[in-house]
Amino acid sequence: MNEFAALVLEDVHKSFGENEVLKGIDLTVAPHEVVCLIGASGSGKSTLLRCVNLVEPIDSGRVVVEREEITAEGVDANRIRRRIGIVYQSFNLFPHMTVLRNITLAPREALKMDRGEAERQARALLTRFGLLDKQDEYPDRLSGGQQQRVAIVRALAMRPHIMLLDEVTSALDPELVAEVLAVIRELAREGMTMLIATHEMGFARDIADRVCFLDAGRILEQGPPERIFTAPQNPRTRQFLGRIIEAGRL
Amino acid sequence: MTTTGTGPSVPSGRGSRALGNRAVLVSSASTVLFFAVIAVIVVLAPGSEVVAERFFSPPHLWQSLVGSESEPSVLGAFLLNVKIFTVSEVFILILALVIAVVRGIPGPVFFPFRLLAVAYTDLFRGVPLILVLYMIGFGVPGLGLGFVSYLPDVTYGIIALVLVYSAYVAEVYRAGIESVHESQNAAARSLGLTRWQSLRFVVLPQAIRRVIPPLLNDFIGLQKDTALVSVLGSIEAARAAQIYSASEFNYASYVVAAFLFVLITIPLARFTDRLIARDKRRREAGGLA
Repeated sequence: MNEFAALVLEDVHKSFGENEVLKGIDLTVAPHEVVCLIGASGSGKSTLLRCVNLVEPIDSGRVVVEREEITAEGVDANRIRRRIGIVYQSFNLFPHMTVLRNITLAPREALKMDRGEAERQARALLTRFGLLDKQDEYPDRLSGGQQQRVAIVRALAMRPHIMLLDEVTSALDPELVAEVLAVIRELAREGMTMLIATHEMGFARDIADRVCFLDAGRILEQGPPERIFTAPQNPRTRQFLGRIIEAGRL
Repeated sequence: MTTTGTGPSVPSGRGSRALGNRAVLVSSASTVLFFAVIAVIVVLAPGSEVVAERFFSPPHLWQSLVGSESEPSVLGAFLLNVKIFTVSEVFILILALVIAVVRGIPGPVFFPFRLLAVAYTDLFRGVPLILVLYMIGFGVPGLGLGFVSYLPDVTYGIIALVLVYSAYVAEVYRAGIESVHESQNAAARSLGLTRWQSLRFVVLPQAIRRVIPPLLNDFIGLQKDTALVSVLGSIEAARAAQIYSASEFNYASYVVAAFLFVLITIPLARFTDRLIARDKRRREAGGLA
């Protein structure tokens, strides 16, 4: 089954000490599909993404990326990570490097790309996202939105097959959110496979092919966004969305 | 503009310009008074003339500085101190970094190496430098290990300094490495960089930048401790001064040696201050962004 899926999670469990954060996650992402994970803080969205990227080892279950089980014994995690880009809430740019160096570091060191090619590719990406004039700046000279766009470009420079976005707009001032979302829309238009944890419900509704509602470590409900947002079946989903609407966030 | 630039250091608004002038006046007056009192005490002391002759006599100051046929020049001997700490610093920077990195390697396989690194720092931070000097300087030649036992005294001195100071500097490096937030390593690793690449390109450059001021501080200590190498027989500045005073019954040579040590320490101290100030500015700028 699912031979052509970009990403498959089967019964993934993950605990931190006594606290079981993921209680059996099953999820399949098709190539070019954009899946948004929604749910309250602490529902397990970020942990799920970190498990896919092998930043966190899982306790049981399987994670399969493009038909290769990455949670099997003896798999080289670095090789897998090169195919999966991840962008974090807090940007995590390298503060001692210029924007250009931030972007070319991993292609040059992990993919052994030569300097000229790595820089050409980095400039092409920066140009596409309107950041070329920032190539020689250090991260602390950029706005939060610019930093996050650079972080996305940095992940893209590894030519990933899948992008994982972990609350990428949560640390931004409201007026800077749009520029980052525009970049993600652009990626979706090009057919990038993405798994996105987000609090931006309007954005999720707009961009997702499928929305998954996580609650206490389980996917309680999933489906196309119009159904999840307008006619949620599960009472917990209804309660969660009710609060979001009450807060004026949808 | 907000008040953040000047706000915290000035307690409350009270015509700060006028206060500034008055502060300068008060500080000048108190400085003058302070040193006047010291001068009076020194000059009025019963032995002041003797002290002036024994410690500050210009002919003796000059003669001990340049040396003579029978006495070594303190300045010439001081060049040995410079050589000792320059060579030591290079080896300390390398050895200490290796120790700090080894101490941070995770995984059960590397347990014995970590243990060794911990034992090393515990041992060499605990033993007084002068004892390490004796043990290396007299112990290694006693072993009869071919050429290893027939090195110049200065070399044993340098080895002892490197062993002791590397233990301190390794801890400084380690503090720096631990001050780099784990998310930096996570970001590097999730880009597909190996643990070693992450350390080399992302963690260490940030760590080392942060610990430069404490590193320089340790090096100021090292510069002074080169004088201890004289216990192995090397004629460095302190020993040269001692030889002079013993044959001339005059201590001006000690003043000269002290002056040379201070002279070479001051630029490093000011440089350290500047780096600290620059870091502080940068942090504050970062905090506002």
